Amino acid sequence: MELFRQKLKAINLGNRDFAEDLRAQGTEVYHLEWEPPARGKKELIDILNLIEDDPEIEKANKIALEKYFNSQPVLVSIGIAREVIPGMDEDTLLHAGPPITWEKMSGPLRGAVIGALIYEGRANTPEEAEKLAKSGKIKFSPCHEHNAVGPMAGVISPSMPVFIVHNVTHGNYAYCTLNEGLGKVLRYGAFSDEVINRLRWMEKVLAPGLKKAIELSGGIDLKTIIAQALHMGDELHNRNKAGTSLFIRNIAPYLVKAGLPDSELVDILNFINSNDHFFLNLSMPAAKVMLDAAHNIPKSTLVTTMARNGTEFGIRVSGLGNRWFTGPAQMIKGLLFPGFKEEDCNPDIGDSAITETAGFGGFAMAAAIAIVQFVGGTPEDALNYSRKMYEITIAENRVFQIPIFGFRGTPTGIDIRKVLSKNILPQINTGIAHREAGIGQVGAGLVNPPWECFEKALLAWKEQYLGE
Amino acid sequence: MKKIIIKPNLYYDSVTLMRVSQALSEVPGVVNAMVGMGTDLNKDSLKNLGLFDEQVEKASANDLIIGLEVSTEEALNQALTVLEQQLTKKREEKGGSEKVYTGIEQVVNEDPEANIVLISVAGMYAAREAKKALLNGLHVFLFSDNVSVEEEIMLKDLALEKGLLMMGPDCGTAYINGTALGFANKVKKGPIGIVGASGTGTQQVMVLIDRFGSGVSQVIGTGGRDLSREVGGRMMSFGIKMLAEDPETKVIVTVSKPPAPEVAEKILSLLKSISKPAVVCFLGSDQTGFQGNDVVVVNNLEDTATMAVKLVNSKFSGTNGDQEVLAKIVNELKGKLNPHQKYLRALYGGGSLADETMQELLKDGFEVFSNIPLKPELALPSPLESRGHTVIDLGDDFFTRGKPHPMIEPALRVPRIIKESLDPETAVVLMDVILGYGCHKDPAGVTAQAVYDAKEKLAKEGREVIFIGVLVGTEGDPQNYQEQERKLKDAGVLVVNSNYQAVKLVKSILG
Repeated sequence: MELFRQKLKAINLGNRDFAEDLRAQGTEVYHLEWEPPARGKKELIDILNLIEDDPEIEKANKIALEKYFNSQPVLVSIGIAREVIPGMDEDTLLHAGPPITWEKMSGPLRGAVIGALIYEGRANTPEEAEKLAKSGKIKFSPCHEHNAVGPMAGVISPSMPVFIVHNVTHGNYAYCTLNEGLGKVLRYGAFSDEVINRLRWMEKVLAPGLKKAIELSGGIDLKTIIAQALHMGDELHNRNKAGTSLFIRNIAPYLVKAGLPDSELVDILNFINSNDHFFLNLSMPAAKVMLDAAHNIPKSTLVTTMARNGTEFGIRVSGLGNRWFTGPAQMIKGLLFPGFKEEDCNPDIGDSAITETAGFGGFAMAAAIAIVQFVGGTPEDALNYSRKMYEITIAENRVFQIPIFGFRGTPTGIDIRKVLSKNILPQINTGIAHREAGIGQVGAGLVNPPWECFEKALLAWKEQYLGE
Repeated sequence: MKKIIIKPNLYYDSVTLMRVSQALSEVPGVVNAMVGMGTDLNKDSLKNLGLFDEQVEKASANDLIIGLEVSTEEALNQALTVLEQQLTKKREEKGGSEKVYTGIEQVVNEDPEANIVLISVAGMYAAREAKKALLNGLHVFLFSDNVSVEEEIMLKDLALEKGLLMMGPDCGTAYINGTALGFANKVKKGPIGIVGASGTGTQQVMVLIDRFGSGVSQVIGTGGRDLSREVGGRMMSFGIKMLAEDPETKVIVTVSKPPAPEVAEKILSLLKSISKPAVVCFLGSDQTGFQGNDVVVVNNLEDTATMAVKLVNSKFSGTNGDQEVLAKIVNELKGKLNPHQKYLRALYGGGSLADETMQELLKDGFEVFSNIPLKPELALPSPLESRGHTVIDLGDDFFTRGKPHPMIEPALRVPRIIKESLDPETAVVLMDVILGYGCHKDPAGVTAQAVYDAKEKLAKEGREVIFIGVLVGTEGDPQNYQEQERKLKDAGVLVVNSNYQAVKLVKSILG
């Protein structure tokens, strides 16, 4: 036996004394910080044992990821929500995260709904808006169910201009509003005149001007910008400085060419330039359009959506259709802006976790080490967060890279089986909204999805593909 | 005063938690302490201690439960401080820049030289990890029990397909390339290779081989169920073949209880087909003797070692211990017993040793009661109460639920030693003291203290009891054999180095 001629080198899991006894005898040993898989739940472990090495699942996940990888997201235009978003009508408001009723909405989402109804002219005062929202006349629907995504409250109302991102490879589209900037903004639930006026300016000036420029450009390849921005210190969820700068470089010549009045041109460029997060509303639909292509592959255990509505966190899985698997939205751990306390924070909210789902955002923190100044922790933490995500993902990205890891591809494609068997939850890197409507962002930090989402998804997978 | 604390999703391995429980029990004023994960087994134990409420019932196997019964508020506070220290110890140890590994694959990816995995996690998780190890081309030493027969067969078939060792489940002892795995003694390198289905039985054999001047090439463990009809000796057959091919091994030894007849047949015919001589120990078997083609069957552990050493060293005399000296001591001791003192009370940590003792006594017509009886009618109604001649395996599940094995924590045996000593019908108290890796650092010290205490109490009653200790160990063991022997002798324990010798003594005292 070959072993008898080798030097013994051991791995130990369980009783630590066994490892120490081996060391005392001069034998090298790795003692694992082992934990029971799936948090020790027998029912889940039994399912994992059955399907962990299933070649059909491997094949399905490969097909799904291939569709993601060969996707080509291109910003092609700007349209008006009611005209371009499928299933959108005058009485529909889209929101971030899984489905939710007015009664269960948290402060920032309610505020955004109120603001949107005022902006749409459906109400003159917040009280009127609230009454209308409660009346049942307004249909609330998740952005994700309409090929759309929205940061924070993520409210999209019929008149809002939206970016149109086209997946040239697969022909599908994704939509997202234009980023309003920081401070008092609708996505954090603010609805003062200042907010409504800005939205109107965006509708009347910003969107038409940008639309002309985008169309003149013949389309802007977002995948390339994301890949470059990762090399420049963004992770494109909580840090979009490089992405926004690159976008300006791409669009500026065409904005000039568009023949806009000088004052409008200056306002537009100043507006984009003054908002480090402008590109977030492009990195998100880019992620969405690529992941939508990977959705609905039978048997696939790939996560294609992670989204929060401020009350609940929901995920969707490629092989499980449009069902949401939800759990309570978690509190974010991070740094608060001066003057705010922990009790001011709203639970996790927004569709922006689509970035992590697509293999950047928190998964690419090692590419955006400077972000720890914003979310807390040390540079070493940032590296470790990314390293850990390789444990729960299926592939290394072919285009998005982490320079400090020797340009290793970002961890891409969350597999619900890996999340459960390794007890590692996806790492999300996000902003913190004030729990009351209209106050805005109070900080930024790190958060994980609730465990239940993945547990429910695995049980549903078993029911759908293995029967009872 | 009772206090129950639940810490959700905080996992610790059972051995760590047993140590925490032990540390808490030692806090003055603590009546009962149990720290464990929320498994059904632990919940039962908590219920038995009266430390049970709704939150305990609801806790999952991944929640940490701390149950405390204390006599004072001060004791509670002190216990909570100790708890915190004990629980954080582990987390601190892994601090610093040392890389943390959480999974087998993770290590394999980074270090292709890793070749064996030791698994001692709870049984319900063990098979999964063992399978992962095998799929990654690693040999497995699976200490965990509570793994199903189906899983055992699946794992062993997978191992055979890959040409890997699948030692266990429930494998306590192995010695590979001169390294002790689990509970094993440091022995000299030599020409005798062992495949063992019995942990302490294997330890006894390897220790005696060392004592008889020879040494060991490899010791392959199989787990206690390998020779059952279902498992069919899969790993023992494989182990024998590996030793047959191993140029360092000149003699092959197997150690087990008597297997199912068709399995015995399989093992014997395999050994007969191999050109190396073999000694087969079927503990307590009636069919002993030469089987042809250099294969001999023996039925006790000492004969196993003797026979094996004789095969490699024809000059070996085959005697162990100075019989005359012992006979003299026995006569002297016998004189000190009163007519009511008639019975043996044997308290074992090693299950195979307990088995051997019962087998040997049964042959001579002794009726021996036990918690692991040889016949159903010899079962003790309660393992806690002895009657007549009694042999107790303190390593049995009944005693080890939520507690460390007596080989790890001999202190758990102390109250029973005292109790049996004070029984007016007890003539002999027999105890094993097992040394080697995996075992307690000073088992003789703990046992000797119990004997001192017992003797003091007996003196007040004007009685003496004969204490016999079986010291299973070698000069190479980390505990220091001579010192351990001295501690026992100083306490007035009659020390022998072989369980078989101890049984002979018992027979001559009580026969």
